[in-house]
Amino acid sequence: MHIYERPRDLETALALLAEGDWQVMAGGTDIYPARVDRPLERPLLDITAIEALHGIEETGEGYRLGACLRWSELRDRPLPPIFDGLRKAAATIGGRQIQNRATLGGNLCNASPAADGIPVLMALEAVVELRSLRGVRRIPLVDFVRGNRCTALAPDELLTAVLLPRPRGRSRTTFLKLGSRAHLVISITMIALALDCDPAGRILRAGVAVGACAPTARRLPLLESRLLGRDLAEPLATAVDTAVLAPLAPIDDIRGTAAYRRRATLVLLRRGLAELATPLRGAA
Amino acid sequence: MVAGPGGLRFVLNGRPVRSRAPAGARLAQVLREEFGLTGTKIGCDAGDCGACTVLLDGAQVCACLVPVGQIEGGRVVTVEGLAEKNGLDRLQRAFLITGAAQCGICTPGMLMAAADLLARRPSPDETEVRDAIGGVLCRCTGYRKIVEAVLLAASDRPLPTEPDGRMGARRIRLDGPDKVAGRAAFGADRRPREALELRLVRSPHHRARFGIGDLEGFRARHPGILRILTAADIPGRNGFGIYPDLKDQPVLAAGEVRHRGEPVLALVGTPEAVRKVDPEELPIAWEPLPPVFGIEAALAPDAPVVHAGRPDNVLIEGRVRRGEVETALRGSAVRAEIAVETSFVEHAYIEPEAGFAVRRGDSIEIFATTQAPYMDREEVAAVLGIPAERVRIVPSACGGGFGGKLDVSVQPILAVAAWLLDRPVRTVWSRPESMAASTKRHPARIRAEAGADTEGRLTGFRFHGDFDTGAYASWGPTVAQRVPVHATGPYRLRAALCTTRGIYTNGPPAGAFRGFGVPQAAIAHEALMDMLADRLGMDRLEFRLANALRPGDVTHCGQRLGDGVALAACLERLRPIWREERDRLAAGRGREGPLRRGLGIACMWYGLGNTSMSNPSTMEVGLSQEGRLTLYNGAVDIGQGSATIMVQLCAEALGLPMELFDQVLGDTARTRDAGKTSASRQTLVSGNAARLAGLDLRRQILRLANAGPDAELRLEGSLLEVREGGRLREIDLRRLVPGEGGEVLRGIGSWDPPTEPLDADGQGVPYASYGFAAQMALVEVDLELGTTRPLRIWAAHDVGRAVNPTLVEGQIEGGIAQGIGLALMEEFVPGRNENLHDYLIPTVGDVPEIEIHLIEEGDPLGPFGAKGVGEPALIPTAPAILNAIADATGVRPGRVPVTPDRLLAALAAAKVQG
Repeated sequence: MHIYERPRDLETALALLAEGDWQVMAGGTDIYPARVDRPLERPLLDITAIEALHGIEETGEGYRLGACLRWSELRDRPLPPIFDGLRKAAATIGGRQIQNRATLGGNLCNASPAADGIPVLMALEAVVELRSLRGVRRIPLVDFVRGNRCTALAPDELLTAVLLPRPRGRSRTTFLKLGSRAHLVISITMIALALDCDPAGRILRAGVAVGACAPTARRLPLLESRLLGRDLAEPLATAVDTAVLAPLAPIDDIRGTAAYRRRATLVLLRRGLAELATPLRGAA
Repeated sequence: MVAGPGGLRFVLNGRPVRSRAPAGARLAQVLREEFGLTGTKIGCDAGDCGACTVLLDGAQVCACLVPVGQIEGGRVVTVEGLAEKNGLDRLQRAFLITGAAQCGICTPGMLMAAADLLARRPSPDETEVRDAIGGVLCRCTGYRKIVEAVLLAASDRPLPTEPDGRMGARRIRLDGPDKVAGRAAFGADRRPREALELRLVRSPHHRARFGIGDLEGFRARHPGILRILTAADIPGRNGFGIYPDLKDQPVLAAGEVRHRGEPVLALVGTPEAVRKVDPEELPIAWEPLPPVFGIEAALAPDAPVVHAGRPDNVLIEGRVRRGEVETALRGSAVRAEIAVETSFVEHAYIEPEAGFAVRRGDSIEIFATTQAPYMDREEVAAVLGIPAERVRIVPSACGGGFGGKLDVSVQPILAVAAWLLDRPVRTVWSRPESMAASTKRHPARIRAEAGADTEGRLTGFRFHGDFDTGAYASWGPTVAQRVPVHATGPYRLRAALCTTRGIYTNGPPAGAFRGFGVPQAAIAHEALMDMLADRLGMDRLEFRLANALRPGDVTHCGQRLGDGVALAACLERLRPIWREERDRLAAGRGREGPLRRGLGIACMWYGLGNTSMSNPSTMEVGLSQEGRLTLYNGAVDIGQGSATIMVQLCAEALGLPMELFDQVLGDTARTRDAGKTSASRQTLVSGNAARLAGLDLRRQILRLANAGPDAELRLEGSLLEVREGGRLREIDLRRLVPGEGGEVLRGIGSWDPPTEPLDADGQGVPYASYGFAAQMALVEVDLELGTTRPLRIWAAHDVGRAVNPTLVEGQIEGGIAQGIGLALMEEFVPGRNENLHDYLIPTVGDVPEIEIHLIEEGDPLGPFGAKGVGEPALIPTAPAILNAIADATGVRPGRVPVTPDRLLAALAAAKVQG
């Protein structure tokens, strides 16, 4: 008989993890598709019944998102502008059926190069909270995702929350995804932008990340530094050129060539910056 | 453990239930196997297709991805829970009246996704509907009627009532109520109790030799595996294929495999045991060999030989020649040349192959998803080495075919296993094995050239197409023969030379796929028409119209066409729209930014039925003592609606209402051979058989009543009234002597389209009747990203007469959706995208508004003037889109699908920028 545990409290889950080899499962939307032709082999530790892993909470430092937060909650709930990009990403993760089950934590732990949730969180400088019986550690998402399907999670650890730092001013975020069809599509490339601005529209902090163009989503520090101090009303697209793509390492695959991914990423970055500039310009 | 000793509790369709399934089991499987709720369909087991969509605590989820451990205390609603106590609910009835269900395999998922929306948003707009059903794939409908149905259900308008009538009436499809209720039984929905399960072990290599080790030892280590079948166990011929001389595809490979996914062994045992096996554990010693991929590699002088008998890897050649093409081209005022390359395309029916076989004494019965029960019967008989009369094929509801279920799939191996073990055996292919093993559309490499004179009349046309038929012949010869007959497009020509070859490679077997190579060829001829028109400075529509085949014209096969050629009417119907849209585009030029719009037009023709071969159909209709009619209809309805229109046609001929009819469908023991559901032939061929069967029964009734041909019939229970002028004859059916089957009268009708053989130059009469169409596509190209978005499609189709306009529209919309896929996104790469998330088919968001114009001038051979539309629907779409891209950008992509990276590269090469 296949082993399946669904504890209701975190301590039980951590105790189980400390003792044995478990496949941690939340929404199941990556685990089952990977096993179309074969049965589940490893014991499953279902963490969805743990109340502490759900919900969104505003804290002194920013926001705390439970690892089991479903994408549909991010898509449908009224949330402040810092969540605009995440909301757009949420609406592109599979169809509604997937969004109703798939979780934030699952998207991060599965660590697909094309994970739609990662670039926005990276641009927001998200931190992940990892817990084990040994204690808690908080590490930046950019250090958590180490490679294709590879994370910094220790075997006895559970990703329990994603922490978003409070924006240093007015937050403007967006997410653009390019695929070959309208719904249910794996990204050819995708970009996320998170800009914090002062009331006059000057950029105080810029987070830029690109997905599906390297083994993990990557931030673009050169572009971020070019954007710092600029005014949202300026034509920001001029900050985008091929030099900013240096951290990327796209490949040729059935969805597109590496060369195409680079070109399309430049276009998406420019369009994303134009989109973030527009409403402020109108308001000014 | 989650599930306590009493099992796992939840509320299923309003009733508290307990499941004994392990907590990690998929909800979809538990619903189907433990609770028998087979309305929830499994199309992929990966959350890619949405066929298994159910409501969990009111929200739509893919039941294939939900472990039952997570539904403890929850509420699950399936399609079976949607129906109200007194019948179908409003949403289901809206699906029926709009024709939103075709094959019906996605219908339960669509209904549940829509039900989720309507509970959240009682009055949604179209965007919200698209968003809500965006996670459910449909391969038949093109989604238009589904969106319409959901909006109708959400409106406060009363649902339209079903119109009366027979021929020409928008009747609700007869299999519709079962499909929207989730009751229709598809291949995986039925299984005998105690059936063993069969699982094929397939080659992971594209080409390899192999040896099999100690299977007995393996079996001993795996209790529950009762038998492992190899090629040596096939009792009869270990080979199948469409042509009598080309049975080159083994049921189980013997020592050598020629494509990835080819079956090598069959495990038969308990479901648990066979599902648990890791194929890599089996004692198979593989010796991979270098595979031959692509036409060029297969034709290289030192290419490995795929089949020993074909040292040059050429399966077959096809040819049509008329006049001196060289002279005609040389004398042309303008000439144009085009090269086109296409890819393997997967049928992607949402129902994977499935079925079961039962041995009954010295006979075998097979229930399976299929398009061709009588061909299946012959193949199974030969594989078992028994006469065909001892094989019975009972087709399941067919969850989409499009040509992919014309070849046998599960039937022969199920038959062998049930025969040898003398136990019922079932199998259900997974999505990856369905995609690896089933046939594909032939990749084509085409070069074509055409010329025209100064008056704008076409002169000569030269075409050569090589078609990659993959590892086995399948329908390769049909493609090679059908393409030269259609390669010129539906135009008058002075001279033509059209040649083809079918080439063996180590790709998946390429078979029949909606159009048999003609959609690929149409891309070439329609590009040439635009190029010639442009070079002459003529309008692209007017150029086509000036050259369009008309009644009385002679084709390049030397066939003089009769009436029933309404291409000109199609173009004339589109003409005002074309002009208006062109003017609008011209007015908008120069201020579009990176988004560029273009308008394309394309024509097509398609011969209905087999090419120069007899393909008869026979139908019977019986009248019982109780006054019920039964149509014995051997035509398989794969979603296109033949189970409805055959009754419409038969009832029309007989002169009695459709409501009196029951049907026996497809069962080879109870129906006559109606031929396969392919080549857009059922309306024309079986439709005539159904009409003739109705007429035959009518003649018998009139004779009994001694009445003339214009008499009116009425059935009132067992009382048959025959009214002629003021005279009424009453026949009490209970007083007639019942014959075979308990029926008092039985009519029969047979029809075979009159064709003539083609000579060595392809001259003759390949088809008795042709479908014609013209479609227009408006697209928007993003010059910076290379993406193409169809904005609107107009389709004018010469359908003779529409037997059921709703069904005809459904065929056209679905064909267009597949055409969009062919043009823009579909490319199967063996071993790379054997699933529905890497292999992309259009979703609801990819199919734009479609405006349909039915041209009904009547076909002299068609039943009440009707002819087929299944393949014609798809053929002009991709060419129209490609022509629209060229119109928008000035760049003509030579390779389909025109993916964003390909288009951007082509734009960059031509220095087109936003």
